[in-house]
Amino acid sequence: MMHRRLMYGTVAALVLLYPVLLSSAPVYQRLGTLVLLAAIGASAWNLVGGYAGQVSVGHAVFFGTGAYAAIAVYTQFGLPPIVGVPVGALIAVVIAALIGVPTLRLSGHYFSMATIAVAELVRVLISNWEWVGGAQGLSGPAVSRTVLDLSFTSALPYYYIFLAVLAAVLLVTWRIERSRMGFYLRAIKDSERAARSLGVAAGRYKLYAYMLSAGFTAVGGSLYAVMFGFVDPESGFGILISVKMLIMAALGGSGLLFGPLIGALILVPLEEISNSLLGGKGAGLTFVVYGAIIVLIARFLPSGILALLPARRPPPKPKPLAAERAHAA
Amino acid sequence: MSLIVVQVIVSGLLIGAVYALFASGLTLIWGMMNVINFAHGDFVMLAMYTAFMVWTVLGGGPAAAVPIAAVLLATLGVLSYFLLVRHIMKGPMLAQILGTFGLALLLRYSAFWYFGANFKTLPDTILGAPLVIGGIRIDAPRLVAGSVGLLVTLLLHLLLTRSALGSRMLAVAEDATAAQLMGIRPERMQAVAWALAAGSTGIAGALIATFFYTSPTVGETLAIVAFVTVAFGGFGSVPGALVAGLLIGVIEGLSAFFIGPVYKDVVVYLLFVLVLWTRPQGLMGKA
Repeated sequence: MMHRRLMYGTVAALVLLYPVLLSSAPVYQRLGTLVLLAAIGASAWNLVGGYAGQVSVGHAVFFGTGAYAAIAVYTQFGLPPIVGVPVGALIAVVIAALIGVPTLRLSGHYFSMATIAVAELVRVLISNWEWVGGAQGLSGPAVSRTVLDLSFTSALPYYYIFLAVLAAVLLVTWRIERSRMGFYLRAIKDSERAARSLGVAAGRYKLYAYMLSAGFTAVGGSLYAVMFGFVDPESGFGILISVKMLIMAALGGSGLLFGPLIGALILVPLEEISNSLLGGKGAGLTFVVYGAIIVLIARFLPSGILALLPARRPPPKPKPLAAERAHAA
Repeated sequence: MSLIVVQVIVSGLLIGAVYALFASGLTLIWGMMNVINFAHGDFVMLAMYTAFMVWTVLGGGPAAAVPIAAVLLATLGVLSYFLLVRHIMKGPMLAQILGTFGLALLLRYSAFWYFGANFKTLPDTILGAPLVIGGIRIDAPRLVAGSVGLLVTLLLHLLLTRSALGSRMLAVAEDATAAQLMGIRPERMQAVAWALAAGSTGIAGALIATFFYTSPTVGETLAIVAFVTVAFGGFGSVPGALVAGLLIGVIEGLSAFFIGPVYKDVVVYLLFVLVLWTRPQGLMGKA
């Protein structure tokens, strides 16, 4: 127990001090920042894709909504992009409710295909919507007007912003994992029919998870847009955005708290390194490697890397509801 | 005016027949072993590049490209089955999606790396001048592609329903264990299904390359067309895919003509979503 605490403490200190320790190496600061950003998206996906087992391949809809909201509040209203974070999250939650009600009724592959279809539909519509720049996309503030624009040349401030957001997402996930809802979601994942027959309101809980996941994904998208100051239909709504979230979670271990983070820790550096090693010619090769790794995971490690660790104690059962206590007595 | 609409419909039916052919491959695999091949569009893409290479390197037209693409893609299908699909089909659904998606990325970006991002097209006149019948102009590549597509789809249907091989495959699809007890080897039948599905996809790709632009990401667009076709026609049904393919070809053509070329995808995707939401078993599938 003691040395486990010591280990956690060391990891936490390393994570907090990482950019300071590497202040002479901006490339690594940037890399750490990108890992955190990817982990936010993948952890958000994990809520519905991992815990509830509803494999969405269309989360780019929410990522793009967040990213566009951040830049659009600047281009249309002259506000700092950060204002778009709550706006984007709110719109994404509403969209999730609208898409979720008909789509979550589908099961298995049907659900995945429907999410792809919706995402592609939205991507084509956005590409043809001039108010948000059509196929050209939108650019954020060219120079920082005030500090509120959050336009920094160093990656260090972004690192801590993203770290805080990731911590919040993981905290919420952890709370849900140990709550009644977490048990319901895992029950739905194992067998929706069995869960329903035991009185779990499966539709409602899937929708809650989907909406929450959408909101967090939109925050990730907004932060992406704040950092890069640019978004177009492909970088916001492209199918690769959805696929990357899914792949990171699956590689690390879907349905596990730290699975998506582990996946991001492996895949983001891999992508950056192969991009820089292979230069301009590498754009294609990076994804060839990516694809090969994914095939290998699916073939040899279908439950993710964290599944290799010995099983931990399951989280404690939540207290029974008052009604159930009365019934038992 | 009305003549133009007729022309749009004819051209839609011709491209629809090709859609039907490559959607048949997807639906065959889906119905046979309940696996969605997310790399299906990229199989089509590889067949299109095959046709392109046959033209530029060997100087051969579609008559040479079609059989070459069929053989190459059938081989790829069998390899995919034995090396990947056979192992992931019993696993969790996430692993199935990951496996075929990974394969899709691998193929798509290998093509991107090797051929570059630029669109490639075969010469318009590769199959001769357009025909004019009763005032309707039909491009020769589309006519050939549509007719061959229709023919091969029908042959595939006959093979599945009227031959001993088809019956054995159907038996494995319904109950692999029972089929095995009757002396049928499920793995061999599933490998045959992959060969047939990928082979017919190869034929469709080589045909479509004669009048469609070829690019590394074209598979993404075509995969969605195939998904829509399968969703319309009912999963696992080749005749359903045929009717749905023709229907989608016409819907695409008409919406490009009446609403604008940009919105043809919007209309098709919208129909896809609506069909999935309301009738996930397909328009023609049984409830």
